[in-house]
Amino acid sequence: MEAEPRGGAAGERTPGTVAESVRAYRLVVRMWMRSTMSYRASFVMTAFGNFAATALDFLTIVLMFSHVEALGGFSLPEVAFLYGTASTSFGLADLLMGSMDRLGERVRDGTLDTLMLRPVPVLAQVAADRFALRRLGRVVQGLLVLGWALWRVDVHWTVLNVALLPVTLVVGAAIFCAVYVAGGAFQFWAGDAAQVQNSVTYGGATLLQYPPGVFARDLVRGVTFVVPLAFVNWLPALRMLGRPDPLGLPGWVDFAGAPVALVCCALSGLLWRAGVRSYRSTGS
Amino acid sequence: MTVTDSAEPMIAVDGVEKVFDVRRKVAGTLRRERHQVRAVDGISFTVPRGEMVGYIGPNGAGKSTTIKMLTGILSPSGGRLRVAGIDPSRDRTRLARRIGVVFGQRTTLWWDLPLRDSYELVRRMYRIEDPRYARNLDACVELLDLGPLLDVPVRQLSLGQRMRGDIAAALLHDPEVLYLDEPTIGLDVISKAKVRDFLRTVNAERGTTVLLTTHDLTDIETLCSRVMVIDHGRLMYDGGLDGLHAVGESERTLVVDFAHELPPVEVPGARWVRSEGPRQWLAFPAGDSAAPLVTALAARHPLVDLSVREPAIEDVIARMYGAA
Repeated sequence: MEAEPRGGAAGERTPGTVAESVRAYRLVVRMWMRSTMSYRASFVMTAFGNFAATALDFLTIVLMFSHVEALGGFSLPEVAFLYGTASTSFGLADLLMGSMDRLGERVRDGTLDTLMLRPVPVLAQVAADRFALRRLGRVVQGLLVLGWALWRVDVHWTVLNVALLPVTLVVGAAIFCAVYVAGGAFQFWAGDAAQVQNSVTYGGATLLQYPPGVFARDLVRGVTFVVPLAFVNWLPALRMLGRPDPLGLPGWVDFAGAPVALVCCALSGLLWRAGVRSYRSTGS
Repeated sequence: MTVTDSAEPMIAVDGVEKVFDVRRKVAGTLRRERHQVRAVDGISFTVPRGEMVGYIGPNGAGKSTTIKMLTGILSPSGGRLRVAGIDPSRDRTRLARRIGVVFGQRTTLWWDLPLRDSYELVRRMYRIEDPRYARNLDACVELLDLGPLLDVPVRQLSLGQRMRGDIAAALLHDPEVLYLDEPTIGLDVISKAKVRDFLRTVNAERGTTVLLTTHDLTDIETLCSRVMVIDHGRLMYDGGLDGLHAVGESERTLVVDFAHELPPVEVPGARWVRSEGPRQWLAFPAGDSAAPLVTALAARHPLVDLSVREPAIEDVIARMYGAA
């Protein structure tokens, strides 16, 4: 039935697809923001709660350092550097497509149907689903911690290191986005894989806030080669901080983030399309 | 390739199948057994441009599955589909611009926002030019009485109001085909009548092709000259509504409340079904008029009340199945 391999792409993969997706995403986001604003008090409270919760998160690390000098050989500013980069990248991805885990619900109750009837890419609509501006709290908090870390940390600011920092943040966000999309695609088959997805996204973001040295080597291998979260901040951060990498990978790997992120996005995109194709909807 | 000339049917379905793999738990074990369900089992039909067709059948017969294949939400397991010359599952996004869909049990409107905002989103998503949008919205607002509702958040609308809102949302981009999946479900009599009037107008004035699934035979009677019946994934009947009653030998039921309890009454042209105190149920062919029956009864016994029940589509189909 699906004889021509690129036949299905004709509709969705026209040159303007990315622009069309962004446009649709913005349209849907705007609707959600207006919906949220119809419950203004609730919005203010959850936004404040969110910010407070993430702020407390870093406080636990600060408290830890009141008892120890170093964590996995890292000083507080260095851990703050890891925390800031991981939190900012993850916060960006969470802000952009944090509602992907709601897809399972839509698949189970069949409300995905209504999204599939619109003349815009489904992925853009699902990513924008339940868009919540309050998630900006994590990005702000990540940037604040990163700012403090940059002020206190001892980095030799070569041109390369200066350029690597913003690239790292963007690459990290892209990798987390890919994880969100892959997790979303998986829910077409699994029905509800939200918790598996959360363990990789939220769990991964927490993992990356600590130096790789404090974790078992196999775990570090896993997040380097299986789900390449190490490229979010560990590898480039270790270079910037002048630390050896516990896996002893060659130096060029520290710069492989962008291509790795591209591959992740491409793979998750393919997975997504396969997922949409296998969508079964519900009874009526 | 994508241009439809007027001679080509708007909807062409040829030997279409949809098979679902279902895993079912084996009783008393943790093992799951795989088996296949043929939701749609080789259906073929065409609908010419501008026709209004009723698509009926019992729950689980395959109606919604067919509609979902015709919109591209589901891809068929076999056979060939074309809507406006487009293969739905392959070019779903492109087809979306040319069709309108209303799922009676599912709203596309934004719960917390005024009705108007949902329409604005449709305008932008479908890139409807301003004059066309204004014209279509005005027409819908007038015919569906939406004027006072436009600035009301959707969550405050009644079911009937919301359904009218949903139908308008599906028509703002001038679709050539309109699929309606139980558009009158749960509506009161007045809302149903409004929806039907509107659909008739849209079909007559814009020449929109309409495919309608329903459990309400009155929808079909007032709107469709042609009806297709599906059961167990197969097309059982395709033709006029009168033919359906003839094929199904369907009966209407006259429920009579006599002044007092009577033995089963006998009237020509009707068959006694059952009694319950002074109330009796009499069946008569759906094609016949109830008037002579009522006259005959009233001449013999004092009547307190009476009502006529239309045959349920399920019954008609059940009879057809028995007859086949």
